[in-house]
Amino acid sequence: MIYPYIIPSILALTAAIYVLGVHRAEHVATIAGGPREMHSLPTHYGVLIALCCALPAFFVLALWMVFEEKIITSLVVSHLPEEYLRLSANELSLIINEIKNIAFGGFTATTGHPGLAKAAEEYIAVLTWTRNTVSIVVLFCCIVPSWFAMRSINKDLRARNLVEGVARVLLIACAVVAILTTVGIVFSVLFESLRFFQSVPVQDFLFGLQWSPQIAMRADQAGSSGAFGAVPVLVGTFLIAAIAMIVAIPIGLLAAIYLSEYASATLRNWAKPALEILAGIPTVVYGFFAALTVAPLIRDLGTAVGLTVSSESALAAGLVMGIMIIPFVSSLSDDVIHAVPQAMRDGSLALGATRFETISNVIIPAALPGIVGSILLAVSRAVGETMIVVMAAGLSANLSVNPLSAVTTVTVQIVTLLVGDQEFDSPKTLAAFALGLLLFVFTLALNFIALRVVRKYREQYE
Amino acid sequence: MTPPSNLLTPSNDLKKRYRTDRWFQRIGLTAITFSLAFIVFLFSQIIAEGYTAFIQTNILLEVDFSEEAFAKENLAAADYPGLVKKSLAEIFPEVSSRQEKKLLFSLVSNGAAYKLKDMVAANPKIIGSRQKVWVPAGSDVDMLMKGKSDRNVAEEHRRLNDKQLTWIDKLESQGKLEKQFNRTFFTAGDSREPEMAGILGGVKGTALTLLITLALAFPIGVAAAIYLEEFAPQNRWTDLIEVNINNLAAVPSIIFGLLGLAVFINFFGLPRSTPIVGGLVLALMALPTIIIAGRASLKSVPPSIREAALGIGASKMQTVTHHVLPLAMPGMLTGAIIGMAHALGETAPLLMIGMVAFIVDIPGAINHPAAVLPVQIYLWADSPERGFTEKTSAAIIILLAFLMTMNSLAIYLRKKFEIKW
Repeated sequence: MIYPYIIPSILALTAAIYVLGVHRAEHVATIAGGPREMHSLPTHYGVLIALCCALPAFFVLALWMVFEEKIITSLVVSHLPEEYLRLSANELSLIINEIKNIAFGGFTATTGHPGLAKAAEEYIAVLTWTRNTVSIVVLFCCIVPSWFAMRSINKDLRARNLVEGVARVLLIACAVVAILTTVGIVFSVLFESLRFFQSVPVQDFLFGLQWSPQIAMRADQAGSSGAFGAVPVLVGTFLIAAIAMIVAIPIGLLAAIYLSEYASATLRNWAKPALEILAGIPTVVYGFFAALTVAPLIRDLGTAVGLTVSSESALAAGLVMGIMIIPFVSSLSDDVIHAVPQAMRDGSLALGATRFETISNVIIPAALPGIVGSILLAVSRAVGETMIVVMAAGLSANLSVNPLSAVTTVTVQIVTLLVGDQEFDSPKTLAAFALGLLLFVFTLALNFIALRVVRKYREQYE
Repeated sequence: MTPPSNLLTPSNDLKKRYRTDRWFQRIGLTAITFSLAFIVFLFSQIIAEGYTAFIQTNILLEVDFSEEAFAKENLAAADYPGLVKKSLAEIFPEVSSRQEKKLLFSLVSNGAAYKLKDMVAANPKIIGSRQKVWVPAGSDVDMLMKGKSDRNVAEEHRRLNDKQLTWIDKLESQGKLEKQFNRTFFTAGDSREPEMAGILGGVKGTALTLLITLALAFPIGVAAAIYLEEFAPQNRWTDLIEVNINNLAAVPSIIFGLLGLAVFINFFGLPRSTPIVGGLVLALMALPTIIIAGRASLKSVPPSIREAALGIGASKMQTVTHHVLPLAMPGMLTGAIIGMAHALGETAPLLMIGMVAFIVDIPGAINHPAAVLPVQIYLWADSPERGFTEKTSAAIIILLAFLMTMNSLAIYLRKKFEIKW
């Protein structure tokens, strides 16, 4: 009965126990001869006791939530009539699903298994009594430890140190989430990829020249292994990224140099945030723009000069992506150019060099490592960008470096392979994870090098 | 012999050098102008394309809610499309053949019947009376009225034939065809019919998703930033965490989608297409941004504050929670808002966890299937129907409006609470 409200009731209990704990501590303090005699402040005792209430309760509750499904299913299954127990695991899970549907959805039995309605009743009954028991256990875990903790309040209890210790552990746990995310990414991509490589050899994947995963994969199908060659996809990815960089590097760099070397303070204050708007526009908007406006424009231009341009040309996607990347190049380069010491500029100008000569002979060489780092980061952005290419680039993997033809990219393939119905044992679905692994490793390497370079360079001038 | 140069008569070489300098300056200015011009072009294009979605062509029908049409007990089961057709046929008594009738009825949206149904459900007393009702016109009529499809092209290239055009003209001359504010767009979920589609489902799905993202990413991000900046010893482990966070910030978003699919959906068995999974994935994505911003803002609190607190006997934890954190909070909030704004526009990872399903219902809870605004935009942009183009642009306008509000809020907070030490 209380189970749906268990979390609010734990919180309410915790709050009440906190107040009680503070009172108790104050009471102990008066007996001991004033708050000065106590080791910690009354609130520390209160928090300590509240922790004794909340932590065990939430721990037990979390354990139950993880295992609830399994425990209840096994309890219900053990009560099922004899003939169901001989079914295979798959059939049994179907039966259990149906029991759940009857129990919760009000569906009537469809497969004609008799006794399922009874099993559903059983299911609800088991769920009710286990949940009631768990609620009682949880509340018990609230009250008993905090009661003992309350009793143990005395002037020598080091409540502050204990509370701060717990807080510190929680802080560390939060910092570790970042590591866990990386571990989670590596494992999820790696495991599925290993499964993929069991059916498709690694060298076929990395060096194969044909990519057509939509072909139905049957075990007995001949030549099916040839359909997972990633080379055309990779070539397409780099073609589009290269077009994007051809747009983004000059414009981004020139903008950064102009803003940091020529522009007045007012222009700088306005233009910098304005450029950042480009980075803030969602990529789906760029994708829509590329598909609706830029691609037809390029096609019409191409037809006007007698070229055949695909309506999903790499050029359209690459151009728009390049514009999206401008602020990444410009703001990072701006930072590094700014980090070049003013003395170097002054020295060069004092020798009679023009500003252009100062820029090309002094500032750029000095800032080069940082600029390279920012370009590498931008490349990794371009390679991993998804929505623009999903909406504006093609689906079929052509091994082509012609910017006017339709090519596909790693991200497009991941999306098309994973959107819609999936079965997790077909190589088609797993191929997406293998592509994901490639993408992850590649961008990780780029980021790692880029961040290193930028960091090292910054230290050099600090 | 070239004349010797001095300050008053600069040599040709010097002129050339300064000319290069001016050229370079102009090129730099062009680069910036180009980028800014693109922003203006993009925005004006989207607004020009999308503002028409906020109005909708409606047709005035006089509907006869006769008693016999509602003879049955169940009001919802009455023949509402029949009522619409009858009242249309009353306006055009000359239309008689089956084929022509079919063309005539296609002028009105399927949504008209739903509108009548809602009217009867809201007020059953209108049964037995005649009511004047504005009902939505079909998408083709809507496009024609908004000038998005050309009536002067040859008949076989048009969605509407000549006869339909004369009917439309007749309706218009009688004042029975009018462009009105499009309420459906703000109150409906997704639909297969452009004139019936709305963004409320997407907006609500986005709100639920972002709520989860904020509830998870902000506390965890702040706690992690505090640990790394204030407590962590300088050793290999903290170095590892730091490098790791910087790298995570640059991992392509689609990879987070793969993580969500493999871990949250396949391993933990959370339901697909739901705000809870979307929120979890986006929280992991926003976390590095929030941690990095949080650390920067903790770093900007001068050490003297810490030393003063420690000096009068506060513990390390008290120093942080009582003094450092309140001072760093505005910066952390700014970082969180910027992280949220990124999460708001994110589409790719949500495609991976199945938030691309066609969902008509407006989601009510975090474990109901939902669409989010950017995915809605993607779905509409993919639709071949002409009428969806303006809806897509209008949804983009709404999304950009949200983003701008969030970013302005961040800038306002930064300006208001910025402390110069």
